[in-house]
Amino acid sequence: MNKPVLTIDNRPKFLSRGTWILIAFAGFGLFIALVRFVFGLDATTNLNDQYPWGLWIPIDVATGVALAAGGFTTAFLVHVLNVKKYHFIARPALLTAMLGYTFVALGLLVDLGRYYNIWHPLLPSMWQGNSALFEVGMCVMTYLIVLYIEFIPIVIERFKEKVNLPGVFSRLNKFTKWFIRFLDKILSKTMWFFIIMGVVLSCMHQSSLGTMMAIATTKLHPLWHTPILPLLFLLSAFAVGFPMVIVESMISARSFKLKSEVNVLSELAKYVPFLLWVYLSAKVLDIINRGAYVYLIDNSVECWAFWVEMIIGVIIPVIIFTRRRLRSKPIYLFSGALMTVIGVAINRYNVFIVGYKPVYADYYYTPAWTEFAVTIGLISLLILVYRFIVLNLPVIDHLEEPVNA
Amino acid sequence: MGVCTLSLAGVKRLQAKPELDENRIGVLSDLTLCIGCRKCEWACGEINNLPHDQIDAYDDTSVFEKFRRPSSSQFTVVNRYDEKGIDANPLDVKVQCMHCEHPACVSACIVGALEKQPSGAVTYDAWKCIGCRYCMVACPFQVPAYEYEDTLTPRVMKCSMCFEKAVSVGKIPACVEICPRQAIVFGKRADLLEVAHERIRKNPERYIDHVYGEYEVGGTSWVYISNTPFSEIGFPVLPNEAPPELTESIQHGIFKGFTGPILLFGLVGLLMRANRKGQSDE
Repeated sequence: MNKPVLTIDNRPKFLSRGTWILIAFAGFGLFIALVRFVFGLDATTNLNDQYPWGLWIPIDVATGVALAAGGFTTAFLVHVLNVKKYHFIARPALLTAMLGYTFVALGLLVDLGRYYNIWHPLLPSMWQGNSALFEVGMCVMTYLIVLYIEFIPIVIERFKEKVNLPGVFSRLNKFTKWFIRFLDKILSKTMWFFIIMGVVLSCMHQSSLGTMMAIATTKLHPLWHTPILPLLFLLSAFAVGFPMVIVESMISARSFKLKSEVNVLSELAKYVPFLLWVYLSAKVLDIINRGAYVYLIDNSVECWAFWVEMIIGVIIPVIIFTRRRLRSKPIYLFSGALMTVIGVAINRYNVFIVGYKPVYADYYYTPAWTEFAVTIGLISLLILVYRFIVLNLPVIDHLEEPVNA
Repeated sequence: MGVCTLSLAGVKRLQAKPELDENRIGVLSDLTLCIGCRKCEWACGEINNLPHDQIDAYDDTSVFEKFRRPSSSQFTVVNRYDEKGIDANPLDVKVQCMHCEHPACVSACIVGALEKQPSGAVTYDAWKCIGCRYCMVACPFQVPAYEYEDTLTPRVMKCSMCFEKAVSVGKIPACVEICPRQAIVFGKRADLLEVAHERIRKNPERYIDHVYGEYEVGGTSWVYISNTPFSEIGFPVLPNEAPPELTESIQHGIFKGFTGPILLFGLVGLLMRANRKGQSDE
């Protein structure tokens, strides 16, 4: 049964016209990030005492985490429920999650005033279990390690029995070979543990990310402030996982000229309306329960932001994905998935920024162009690294080898 | 051994709600007595080494034209509300950190850089801080300010009730000490609340029957009495529940003894086993 599931025929070169554009964005974004580290947050952001968080926290961090949910939802589907036909998306989804979380950490570094202290939460003397952010921080750090461990087999598969170190290092060939075999053995015996850990850690911090804004009891708009904010964050993460995988697979397919997997992806899309319905029901019941529905029709900025979030991110995708006729067409499949993804980004931005009302607000925060530059730069860099890894490691074109339980 | 002690300290940190001393201190601010001399602003700048003018410069009343908030260079400011005082005189309102009894900033802080001292003050340790500014998001009074213009060592800036420089060595906060009218008085919080209610009871025509900070967000160390409803003079209308009561109950509800995560781990593990049974082709 060891046959390639997908192969990249006529493997494209890393550099293409699109890649150059991404390199330009990434380069410019990194330059602005450098400016931030030299001249400070005041010079590069519109942040102030009213709005301590701007574009970077809801997008680079919160949306980054949410969109990386494809990693654990796919791991659950493929490795826990063992649904074979989706095996081919497991590795791309894992890579997306691994890079997603890496860039969450990078984005956070840019935002932190004292970024060099980012390791402080590891010190038991500074543990602060009351803080939702502490929980998020610890989980994300642990999960990042778990994701890298889960990725090791892919690297092993590439280099196993092919170790040929250059020059002086060739003396280490034997040892390296042995070490890779050893690692392979250990990992194939223990991978089940890391996969379950990945699912558990994800559920933990996806929800705690929602708890974070729950502390702003009087500052967050009633359309978003609710005690079940952690549940809503978790449910929306569940729902956005597969759409993110669909978006990413379809872009990859086009970029790497793969044979289209629309059939399987559209079957994957079948799960999405159910997950969105669960999310929507929780949201609607909660809004009714708290009497917050009065804000749904008050023609305020928040009211419109809420409707945009729900229509783009939930309602239209549900309509598309429940209809077989629509979801089997690549254009609808892609649009529906992309809208779910964008909807979650809007939701996170609404929760952290649009719905956030400073007590003494005398203006409305909009991100500075430099903030956009860093965010776009980081996303571009992520895509470049993704492309590089896919072209060099067996992520898409690998042998079907289910994880041993 | 060392690690062990550290871990124990860590575990202690995981416990909810700051422990409070029965004799914890506070400040009572009687707005009807304040004359807006702003000497407190000067004294605050002086003791905290913040940029400030000569003391005479604080007689300038033109600053009242603009509504001001505490900032990274001023831990306390006085705002003037025309015709809100007694007999339609101006009413002057000094604002600073309220030093909540169950502070949202302390609960939010990822590393415990912000701390509620058992004696009452909410203090900040810049050395621990990672600069995430979650405290600022959490504060219901919009008090903590940030040194955004500082590239390398920005700090969260707010009133510490002069904890380190005065209170911990038996002195009183600089603003209280300089106040010429005793519009702000320092003492045991419990006593101050008694004084506040006594004043209201004796002069019901002078005060409204509301001690701001007695119950707001679970109570604050600074408490105010006034002749004008607080919502008209820049105070946020707040519930009696402290914000952390919500989030901490969520956090500890989910993570108490890690029962939730462990159960989830077991459940996922069982599912994994069940779905792999009878597969011999691997």
